[in-house]
Amino acid sequence: MNKELSGSVAIVGAAESDLGKVPGMTALEMQAQASLRALNDAGLRLQDVDGVFAHTDDRFAGLQLAEYLGIRPSYIDSTNVGGMSNILHVGHAMAAIAAGMCSVALVTYGSTQLSSGTRKVGGAFDGARSPVGQFISPYGQLNPIGYYAMAANLHMHRYGTTSEQLAEVAVAARKWAQLNPKAYRTEPLSIEDVLSSPLVADPLRSRDICLVTDAGGAFILTTADRAKDLRRPPVYVLGIAEAFSHHYTPFSTADWLDTGVARTGEAALGMAGLTRNDIDVVQIYDHFTIGVIQALEELGFCKRGEGGAFVAGGRLGPDGDFPINTSGGGLSFNHPGMFGMLLVLEAVHQLRQEAGRRQLPKARTALVHAPGMVFSANTTMILGVQ
Amino acid sequence: MSSPMNAPAPRPLPAPTDLTAPYWAAARRGQLVIQRCAHCQRHQFYPRSFCMHCMGETLDWLQASGLGRIYTFTVNRRGANAFMAGRTPYAVAIVELEEGVRLMANIVDSRLEDIAIGKPVKVVFEAASDDITLPQFRLADAAP
Repeated sequence: MNKELSGSVAIVGAAESDLGKVPGMTALEMQAQASLRALNDAGLRLQDVDGVFAHTDDRFAGLQLAEYLGIRPSYIDSTNVGGMSNILHVGHAMAAIAAGMCSVALVTYGSTQLSSGTRKVGGAFDGARSPVGQFISPYGQLNPIGYYAMAANLHMHRYGTTSEQLAEVAVAARKWAQLNPKAYRTEPLSIEDVLSSPLVADPLRSRDICLVTDAGGAFILTTADRAKDLRRPPVYVLGIAEAFSHHYTPFSTADWLDTGVARTGEAALGMAGLTRNDIDVVQIYDHFTIGVIQALEELGFCKRGEGGAFVAGGRLGPDGDFPINTSGGGLSFNHPGMFGMLLVLEAVHQLRQEAGRRQLPKARTALVHAPGMVFSANTTMILGVQ
Repeated sequence: MSSPMNAPAPRPLPAPTDLTAPYWAAARRGQLVIQRCAHCQRHQFYPRSFCMHCMGETLDWLQASGLGRIYTFTVNRRGANAFMAGRTPYAVAIVELEEGVRLMANIVDSRLEDIAIGKPVKVVFEAASDDITLPQFRLADAAP
């Protein structure tokens, strides 16, 4: 995105819905709950919202939410590209605000995939005539697990990465979760525990794989000008970039370990006018342990192939020298169908100095990275406070 | 799934379109075919109505050698659906054909512990229903 738009909008309100197991609520009710909490956090009214950016596992999410909230927005975007969707919405909201199409954007997500039992390891089965239906589904690929297992296998083959190194990511996440009162899994977890958890898709074991929980959240974006007069410290969007390549058939992705993360990282940092060394808080989508190692490499925090060694020795945990995913991540905090919302909310909590026992001492800038589907889409966003 | 109790779970199978029908018809005859652009001669998979490289709209069906290598793979310990649950553990691979394109298949008729990235594989055909035969692969050095 144009550099001139860096810092043009800010997150002025942010909140999670109820988390964990929430059997009594629908995804829509969770979105509404989080939306009201985020508006109250910002000191704004429902009637101030003129842009709705919402997706759920259902269709027409934006319209459903507008009706439920009783508002008549002038701009709606329900784009769904998988886990990163709510971060994509930030870029779309910035563009819409710059173009004068809305001025107060509500971004939200909700999922009851745990309580409703809708999560399937085979993933959604597309029509039998679709490319997925013809060339993927007959072969029993676990979705998305199988794709990331294949990437992990490739990483191990090419670079010698080990299962112990993958396990480090899960153990660090659990240690952060133990500092988060809202975390879903907090019992102790050791490297040995991860290595003795059952294989699901070699080399990934059940503890290499994110949780399945209910959860939702919302945040409010508005112009930097308006943000100044609101009650919370504005969290400015300094940089954002997206890249897309495929749906579920990455047959044309030349290198499964070079999927577009790097491109978005460079572009987002460039837009922000910052370098990696300027970043205090790092939130990387941890659907699978291998995903974090890959993203650290592609974002340039370590060299290609050195991600396994980089995370070893508890480096990503509360006592490590490269603390990331401070909520406990998708591996231990919460993971609804799509985790992008919760990644952003944790970055906001850190930047607003409200992360309690997991607060990082220096938190002025944050990098948030997330993929969508099966490394099909990527986004990196840079946030900052004054 | 509306299958009656005790009936074996059906395998998710492709429903060919006009465009992909030749691919599936070839598989039924025991042939693996891929598209080749008549204009730029490049190969592509899966089948499309145009060439992804040059936008050419004349695509020929080329019989592939059926030989390739494993680009990457996994062994699934859980079935992706009720049918595949009866086959666990099973290998799913991305195979890079000699012709340069990649596709997905199970590695069959091979010991799971022998499967490795880079190993040569050879196409075999698995009749999945009266109408559909799936191209599959086995390790080239596996005993037939």
